[in-house]
Amino acid sequence: MKIHIKNGRVIDPKNNIDSKLDVFIAAGKIVSLGTAPEGFTANQTIDASDLTICPGLVDLSARLREPGDEYKARLISELQAAVAGGVTSLACPPDTDPVLDEPGLVEMLKHRAKQQGLAHVYPLGAMTRQLEGKALSEMNELYTAGCVGFSQANVAITDTQVLWRAMEYAATFGFTLFLHAEEPFLAANGVAHDGEVATRLGLKGIPSAAEALALATILRIAQATGAKVHISRLSTAEGVDMVRAAKKQGLKISCDVSANHLHLTEHDIGYFDANCHLKPPLRTQRDKDALSAGLKDGTIDAICSDHTPVDDDAKLAPFAEAEIGATALELLLPLTLKWAVAQKVSLIRAIELITQASAQILGIPAGDLNPNSDADLCIFNANEYWKICPNTLKSQGKNTPFSGLELAGKVKFTLVHGQIVYQQAH
Amino acid sequence: MNNPQLDRDGNLKHLLSIEGLPKRILNQILDTAESFVGVAEREVKKVPLLRGKTVCNLFFENSTRTRTTFEIAAKRLSADVISLNVSTSSQSKGETILDTVDNLIAMHADMFVVRHAQSGAAHLIAKHVPPHIHVVNAGDGRHSHPTQGLLDVFTIRKYKPELHNLRIAIVGDVLHSRVARSEIHALTTLGVPEIRVIAPKTLLPTQVEKLGVHVFHDMEAGLKDVDVVMMLRLQNERMSGAMLPSSQEYFKTYGLTQEKLKFAKPDAIVMHPGPMNRGVEIDSNVADGKQSVILPQVTYGIAIRMAVMALLAGGLPAQQESAGGSQTGSAGDA
Repeated sequence: MKIHIKNGRVIDPKNNIDSKLDVFIAAGKIVSLGTAPEGFTANQTIDASDLTICPGLVDLSARLREPGDEYKARLISELQAAVAGGVTSLACPPDTDPVLDEPGLVEMLKHRAKQQGLAHVYPLGAMTRQLEGKALSEMNELYTAGCVGFSQANVAITDTQVLWRAMEYAATFGFTLFLHAEEPFLAANGVAHDGEVATRLGLKGIPSAAEALALATILRIAQATGAKVHISRLSTAEGVDMVRAAKKQGLKISCDVSANHLHLTEHDIGYFDANCHLKPPLRTQRDKDALSAGLKDGTIDAICSDHTPVDDDAKLAPFAEAEIGATALELLLPLTLKWAVAQKVSLIRAIELITQASAQILGIPAGDLNPNSDADLCIFNANEYWKICPNTLKSQGKNTPFSGLELAGKVKFTLVHGQIVYQQAH
Repeated sequence: MNNPQLDRDGNLKHLLSIEGLPKRILNQILDTAESFVGVAEREVKKVPLLRGKTVCNLFFENSTRTRTTFEIAAKRLSADVISLNVSTSSQSKGETILDTVDNLIAMHADMFVVRHAQSGAAHLIAKHVPPHIHVVNAGDGRHSHPTQGLLDVFTIRKYKPELHNLRIAIVGDVLHSRVARSEIHALTTLGVPEIRVIAPKTLLPTQVEKLGVHVFHDMEAGLKDVDVVMMLRLQNERMSGAMLPSSQEYFKTYGLTQEKLKFAKPDAIVMHPGPMNRGVEIDSNVADGKQSVILPQVTYGIAIRMAVMALLAGGLPAQQESAGGSQTGSAGDA
């Protein structure tokens, strides 16, 4: 299968390309940008006039809900959602049921995902058995089975000795730990940012200090052990400052922010909108501005979707009892573009934050358009607006705080291994 | 964002929270309640405003006083009343709140009076029910207890009519109190110039001052020259542990005694939403003393709840000045 994509604007942040170029694909690989290789005859030509071609997006955190939570979402529905959103590689956290702490489970998940032939799935293994924060999981075995890093998902480790050992062990083999910074005692039963809105609505708050305290612990142990740590979903201004300072000191850390937190604040909870029940909680305008600034100055390395599909019934409960999460795979691109336009960030830099930057954190071969690399591509119209309608989303999870909003950035084609795995219906 | 409590014409559709209600609506409820106070003193304690309507008391959390006063209020309006203690029935069988509500809608309930341990529960139900059904929040988590807030300002207005001249102190566990939040919103909306909260820092929510109150941690300073002292209930589970060391220490520092009451104005009134913990937040001789208006609060609570229900479903015209007296048989849909 040979594909010729013509007349499109090609953006490849890794190679600093942003220009009108034709793309030539053969045998699942990118063979050339610009001029056709000698003797190239395309089986298929895609006219990408008015469209942008970029590496397939790489998402640092997308829950697929398999195994175990199939009533919330299934592998097939979520991988379809991924490619509909231009996402061709994604990391999934280990908080499935059972948790991803056994090589067999990881192999099975990888195998089943591969069978779908849609986006590539890169599991994050559980850092501790059962995510209990007590005993280390078999990180080497899990790595061999296909894990690209290790995580506690949203479960905090209270025992700092275990955290220390986990970092030492991971550092021994050069594994990256993906940690969400939230001190569990201060955050206990909390459902919203501990501030004005939580006070008005009578919701139990999670103070910013919960992130700062956990971050201080993680950074200090990372410094002592030399572990490679990625902070998942930073949410506070204080957190951004701490990461900035730690990077200045030369720590091997990276971090991301969810697209939700670049656009929403505690005030979006409004009258108890359960779609805004997220982890970490939506914080203040000041925090949101600091996250933006951190992303612009490179303190924050990447944007993730934090895709967490939830079944409708689980959201039909009072705010605190409504399940945490929002569907987001299909919104990662438009939300990133919206942020970039508002912050006057170039398109190439915005794309970098959801392709090359996240691929580098995961250490996976994706996120660029190097010749001979896998032809994983996202082809989109950056100027086409579309309305977020829960029912037209491919994800089985329909809950999003952005429902009804019109966003620019419509994915037209998604290619994985040179195959068109998604094409927008007409 | 539409205010879920008001219809398109700005009339009350549900009563979920005091916050967000205009002064006009609060005064309308208070004035309507005024006309219902007399009903209880008549030989036939009934008006027919809700005749043929079914009011469903849906209590997911236990309550005696609030449920009883809502029941009496609905009965005095001639409604049929069903009271469900859901915490002990279907919820324990795993039924969701909205399933319970749907079942009652299928039985043709016209109004739900809802209490739930989670903030936002009444909003959830109000969003779910069809347009002809009204929801009254009878307390949701720490969020709101609007009829309590209203009956408190009603009581204050009875004893201290010049609201724009008052200094009011709210004492105790503001953090967990839906009553305090409702009182604060009601008082600020009605133009009370100075509202104080007095409590240790462990019992105050973050940024409580943003609700428009002055914060005090000391009873002498906080009660100085106030016209109204509103005490809050301290729940048993807060009395020992990380919130407070002991009930004895709390009583010593923040319990309202005759001695501490002297810091307030000599004619200050003392209020408490009940149920009281005598010897914890309030001394018996204050609770039963001549400055106490705690029992009138309960009486007025019925009038307030009648007013709210009558305005929601009793076909009272929006600008109704007085009800009860000459009203007969006008039980049409609002």
